[in-house]
Amino acid sequence: MFKSKYFEVIRTTAVIVISLAIAFLIITLVSDHPVKTIGIFLLEPLSTKGHIGNVVEMAIPLMFTGLAVSLLFRANMFNLGAEGIFYFSGVVTSVLAIHLTLNSWLHPLVAIAAGSIVGALLSAIPGILKAKWNANELVTSLMFNNILFGIGLYLLNYHLRDAKAFANVSYKFEKTAQLSKIFQGTRIHTGLIIVVVLIVLAHLFLYKTKWGYELRMTGINREFARYSGMKTAKVIIMVHLIAGFIAGMGGSVEVLGMYSRFQWTSLPGYGLDGALVAMLAKNNPLSVIASALFLAYIRIGADLMSRLSDVPSEMISIIQAVIILLISAEQFLKFWKNRMLLKEAKEA
Amino acid sequence: MNSLLNVILTTDFAFSVLRVTTPILFAALGALISNRAGIINIGMEGIMLVSALAGVIVSSYSGSAWVGLLGAVLAGTLIAGILAFFTLQFKTHIILGGVAINMFASGGTVFLLYLLSGDKGSSTSLPSKVLPSIDIPVLKNIPVLGPILSGHHILTYLSIVAVFVVYYLLNRTPLGLRIRSVGENPHAAQSVGVSVVKIQYMALLLSGFFAGLGGAYMSMGYLSLFTRDMVAGRGWIAIAAESMGRSTTVGTALTSLLFGAADALSNALQVLKIPAELIATLPYVATVIGLVIYAVSETRKKNRKVKSPVVK
Repeated sequence: MFKSKYFEVIRTTAVIVISLAIAFLIITLVSDHPVKTIGIFLLEPLSTKGHIGNVVEMAIPLMFTGLAVSLLFRANMFNLGAEGIFYFSGVVTSVLAIHLTLNSWLHPLVAIAAGSIVGALLSAIPGILKAKWNANELVTSLMFNNILFGIGLYLLNYHLRDAKAFANVSYKFEKTAQLSKIFQGTRIHTGLIIVVVLIVLAHLFLYKTKWGYELRMTGINREFARYSGMKTAKVIIMVHLIAGFIAGMGGSVEVLGMYSRFQWTSLPGYGLDGALVAMLAKNNPLSVIASALFLAYIRIGADLMSRLSDVPSEMISIIQAVIILLISAEQFLKFWKNRMLLKEAKEA
Repeated sequence: MNSLLNVILTTDFAFSVLRVTTPILFAALGALISNRAGIINIGMEGIMLVSALAGVIVSSYSGSAWVGLLGAVLAGTLIAGILAFFTLQFKTHIILGGVAINMFASGGTVFLLYLLSGDKGSSTSLPSKVLPSIDIPVLKNIPVLGPILSGHHILTYLSIVAVFVVYYLLNRTPLGLRIRSVGENPHAAQSVGVSVVKIQYMALLLSGFFAGLGGAYMSMGYLSLFTRDMVAGRGWIAIAAESMGRSTTVGTALTSLLFGAADALSNALQVLKIPAELIATLPYVATVIGLVIYAVSETRKKNRKVKSPVVK
């Protein structure tokens, strides 16, 4: 029989099943060949090496932002600033990728480090405001997204734009700055290694160090953590710095790994997707890998579906919304958990 | 500088301030009501977008702009209702619920638009209707005031009326009293028999209603069609305006007007070659500064309260 301790696993599975069922329902209503279209949506991402590559490429930025957001959520900080930082760090890295002349080892290293540090510093601002004066980190971080986007777009349009390219894109990056591909036949780049290492480090940090413990305790109950002698203001600023660093690195890596010019003229959305990844992962660093891969998988599936059939890929945003609404719903299936608990208590 | 003054000191400029303020004002009033009930609705952007599309679809299929407006408002209220159902019944976190609504709206509107018109960019192929603009008799003949205040879109006038309605609702009616009490202290409100969930339901539905009016204005007034992501951050500016207006009706309305002026100014400032991208960030910068000033002064006040008995 099901045990109540597996409840979270069961619930996450239920959410995924329901959201996929809704996807099938939408496809059935919209498509002329529903069975074929569902087949494409589910299986096409696995059909060729290139498509599997696409899934992994898409998962890399999601892992970065998912990791950043899960650390923030762990500290009970509702900060959605990863979005703007991801974008702005991408701009910063692009500037260095265009204008520096370095060898191919140092160039990406310097560019990514700069983007990450800028991300950390920018992220610290809402953190300090929250820690010192209790200014709502949600509102400030949302405002910062728009501010950083405005400044980034200004830099692109006025300082980086290549007039010779017939689009709103920057000059070409130096070849030395771009990240190398690690699997033949795909565009999977060294960013994958970076993010996996980062996730393992975050796991060790969160569960094996004193700082990680303080972070988790502050998240559970800030007042209690403070009365037991933790400097919660410091913890809050620290988690903002780390999350900003990771989100910034994500933007930098994405730009150097996937593009040869900077070309985002709107916020790319990975920051908010990071919130979805973090929720699916229950804010566990190691689970971020699986949940980012899942999200990337259904996105690539939807993308291929729109190319090979008559259902537009925007369907996926409806599915994402359903996942978020259900996965963060405390009450969803709770009656079932209660029933299981009762049963176990009676048996015991 | 003179060229700038020449642009600003015209009746056209004042007219355009009111024109661009309208959607911000509607959404800010919606955000105000839900915030006063202690439930922050960050899905305003998405709700406006859905309503804008609903207005276009319903008006083009019914052939009537007024039915379209009704459709837009109902769609906004419905989306807010879904958000309310999940957050209040299923206990989804309200912020994450808002994120979900925005995600749903930005992709879902394109999805639906494509299915109905075969176009992912705009609704040019749908014969949607536009709500009328109104000339106000007598007023329109007064110099200066006439060209500024007369000839506006009907929803622009409605948005100004809405400020008074919301003020009355929040400060003079039993529902308003309950909304405020739930927002200030839900436990106290509960203890005297106010149903917190019911009041928050009402507040969220009202916020969707007003966002719906703002969305309808976008596609049936400001423009005469729906385009992808046409709300373009106005929902966020509205939340900023509400926040900087310190959750008061008058403050919210004035800040909306200020941000509307900044928006109109961003076009005017192009004469001075100040990049529009930077001007567009002004409302957000102002809000952060406003928030910080408020937070600092609140913290000082609190510290003084804590310290004073010890000093005595």
